Amino acid sequence: MNPLLQVQSVSKQFGGFTALDKVEVSVGRGERFGLIGPNGSGKTTLINCISGALFNDGGSIRFEGEEISRLPAYQRTRRGIARSFQIPRPFGSMSVLENLVVPLEYVVHRGSLHTADTEGEAMEILRGMGLADKAGALASSLSQVELRKMELARAMAARPRLLISDEAMAGLSGNEISEVLELLFKLNAAGITVIMIEHIMQAVMKFSQRVVCLDAGRIICEGTPETIVQNADVQKAYLGA
Amino acid sequence: MRNFLIGAAVALACAAMLPMLVQAEYYYVLGFTVMQLIIMATAWNILGGFAGYVNFGSGAFFAVGAYTAVSLFKAFALPLGLQVLAGAAMAGLLGLGVGLLTLRLRGIFFSIATIAITIILETVVLNWSYVGGAKGLPILRPTEIPLFGNYTQWLFFVMVVIAVAAIAVARYIQMSWIGRGLRAIRDNEGAAECSGVPTLKLKLVAATISGALMGAAGAPYAMLGSFIEPGSAFSLTHAVNALAMPIIGGTAHWLGPVIGAVLLGGVQQVVTVTISSEMNVLVVGVMLVVFVVAAPEGILGLLRKFSQKRT
Amino acid sequence: MPHVAHPSMLVAGSYATYALASRGMDPLLAGLVLMPVFFVIGLALYQFYYLTFERRGTDTGLRGIAFFFGIAFIVQVGLILVFGVDQRLVEADYIGSSYEFGDWLNNIRIPNRMLVAFGVALALTVTLTLYLGRTFTGRAIKAVAQDEGALQLMGASSVAIKRWAFGIATATCALAGALLIIIGPVDPNLYQLYIGRTFCVVVLAGLGSMSGTIVAGLILGVAESIVLSTAGTAWAPAVAFGILLVVLGVRPAGLFGR
Repeated sequence: MNPLLQVQSVSKQFGGFTALDKVEVSVGRGERFGLIGPNGSGKTTLINCISGALFNDGGSIRFEGEEISRLPAYQRTRRGIARSFQIPRPFGSMSVLENLVVPLEYVVHRGSLHTADTEGEAMEILRGMGLADKAGALASSLSQVELRKMELARAMAARPRLLISDEAMAGLSGNEISEVLELLFKLNAAGITVIMIEHIMQAVMKFSQRVVCLDAGRIICEGTPETIVQNADVQKAYLGA
Repeated sequence: MRNFLIGAAVALACAAMLPMLVQAEYYYVLGFTVMQLIIMATAWNILGGFAGYVNFGSGAFFAVGAYTAVSLFKAFALPLGLQVLAGAAMAGLLGLGVGLLTLRLRGIFFSIATIAITIILETVVLNWSYVGGAKGLPILRPTEIPLFGNYTQWLFFVMVVIAVAAIAVARYIQMSWIGRGLRAIRDNEGAAECSGVPTLKLKLVAATISGALMGAAGAPYAMLGSFIEPGSAFSLTHAVNALAMPIIGGTAHWLGPVIGAVLLGGVQQVVTVTISSEMNVLVVGVMLVVFVVAAPEGILGLLRKFSQKRT
Repeated sequence: MPHVAHPSMLVAGSYATYALASRGMDPLLAGLVLMPVFFVIGLALYQFYYLTFERRGTDTGLRGIAFFFGIAFIVQVGLILVFGVDQRLVEADYIGSSYEFGDWLNNIRIPNRMLVAFGVALALTVTLTLYLGRTFTGRAIKAVAQDEGALQLMGASSVAIKRWAFGIATATCALAGALLIIIGPVDPNLYQLYIGRTFCVVVLAGLGSMSGTIVAGLILGVAESIVLSTAGTAWAPAVAFGILLVVLGVRPAGLFGR
């Protein structure tokens, strides 16, 4: 078995606080992978270590067999890992279209900018997300929902092989959740491996083939959605002792 | 692009032909000063306006250019053009050095380091007798004057060339993928990094270019007054001006620093002549604060808002 | 918070002390009296900064720093215009005389004004450390630096806290300025020197470490004295900045930083 992403014995400390404690996780090629856990369990820290926003203190992270844990974030993006942020981080002074042109220019078309039609490609992606009519609008003028969609669109513009969606559905209405879910399914069908972090349990269970539950920096359960839901430790972590 | 090249060619031609119309030395000194301000403002804006990293030590880069030029002239009688290139190279290296030291950290550390480097370098120069130390060094202008009848006119022309070059560089950066990357860094550095932007490399490039242009502005400085001394070369006025001009004119576009430079230069001239030169410095500070508070996008921003209201 | 105008407040404190002292007030007393005045100025300045900048969002980093730089510059030039570029000094009983320690310290003579300044500075630092560590507002100030969002969720107004902290910082400038002019004459160019020393001490100590600043201050003071006696006065101003650059390169978190 040749996993796309292999996290081995990864630890991360902030001062005296241990956010991740020897975490072991593997994600297979083309898999739909769910990551759950109560607030503060270390999900975002793990994602940060995988994407390069943070450097892990111990252990190794392998992507396509290559050790990436010492690479700066932009190089990991160029190797095919993209993520959206929990709280959207738009490039506020640019239009929505331009926001997408950035990864297109810096990841996809690095050597061949003069031949690339980055704006055209960006428009394509926006159409797929339902944001085409906002293409010219300033990113800072978007609503919360639109910002989240743009976050995902921008991550996709980097043409990743692994997409990490960090609570992209938080605060969205039922319809909007279905929209985003459908989008992620579509991406996965096209061959993109997706790691989904969510608190909305229905979405995670519907989407994931395999789920891992994190609590206080440790993995407490791993398995199919059904197994996870029935697991006593998981229930305790979410509902309290 | 073509319009810009035409404009640049016209500007250079005008500068070259000006001596046929105007003879008074005063205008050339004034023109020199305005060009210097334009270059400093444009250079500052590449790192400060485009990328969001504030340089408080523009004086250090300017002075490095000036003192490199002076020492090379004293040692080898180097012609002005090569002095400018050498000054730019040294100042560019300084930019790279300070960048390597601090651009990995939060922005405020870079800003602090630029103040530090100004004081340290000024102290070094004060103790360096080869270039005159605290007393300063008088410079004899070369007797051979290329092209023009008057050395001041030649200096002015060289400055126009450097200014046009600086604007061309800033314009290219702004309109290219480099500018977009810098703006991404300024808006949200974490997101930029995750979108594939090599943030450290781009910041270092911007810092080096910015420093180099400031060094180029400083190189001809000693020749103007036939004298150089550390107080005026390293003066805090350079730092404040370089920062104030783009903020007043507008930081998002290469035209902003130019507008700010011309406006501020003009105001400074008027105040120095009518009131006093100390007041002149106060005026810059006040204008800076007023614009930062009331018109954060500078004059260009005001113009844009005004034209939007009309349509 | 990019408060690069802090050292200019320090110099302003010195000059204000001078102004009061030349009317007959004891400089130390002047410093204490000025503290509430500077505190209010600090509150007002922060409020203005907040209303203009922190509420508006984008691009505040650059504009905030530029604003304070402008203020620092205005203060510095203002001082020059009012007081001139010459050095100013004050007089008091303890300036000019010195204290002789007994045989147990080899009869070292230390100028009284140094002892006074040292004592007051130490008292001030200890008071601040206790304040930040023990009182509610003090701990709130430390909390704001660490996690503003969490603090707001707990019901504290982070704006009011930051404003209060700014006021305290400015008030300490008043007293520190008084101490400065007690130790020696001041001139307006001190801003450049003190911005270096302030940042050097803060960075060397590590942001957030109050007790570290004492150690860092001592290190800086000793280093400057060594350079002063070996290489001469011409090199002394560069010491603070030199140490600063070294620290930034080697260990940006400082000696005690988090």
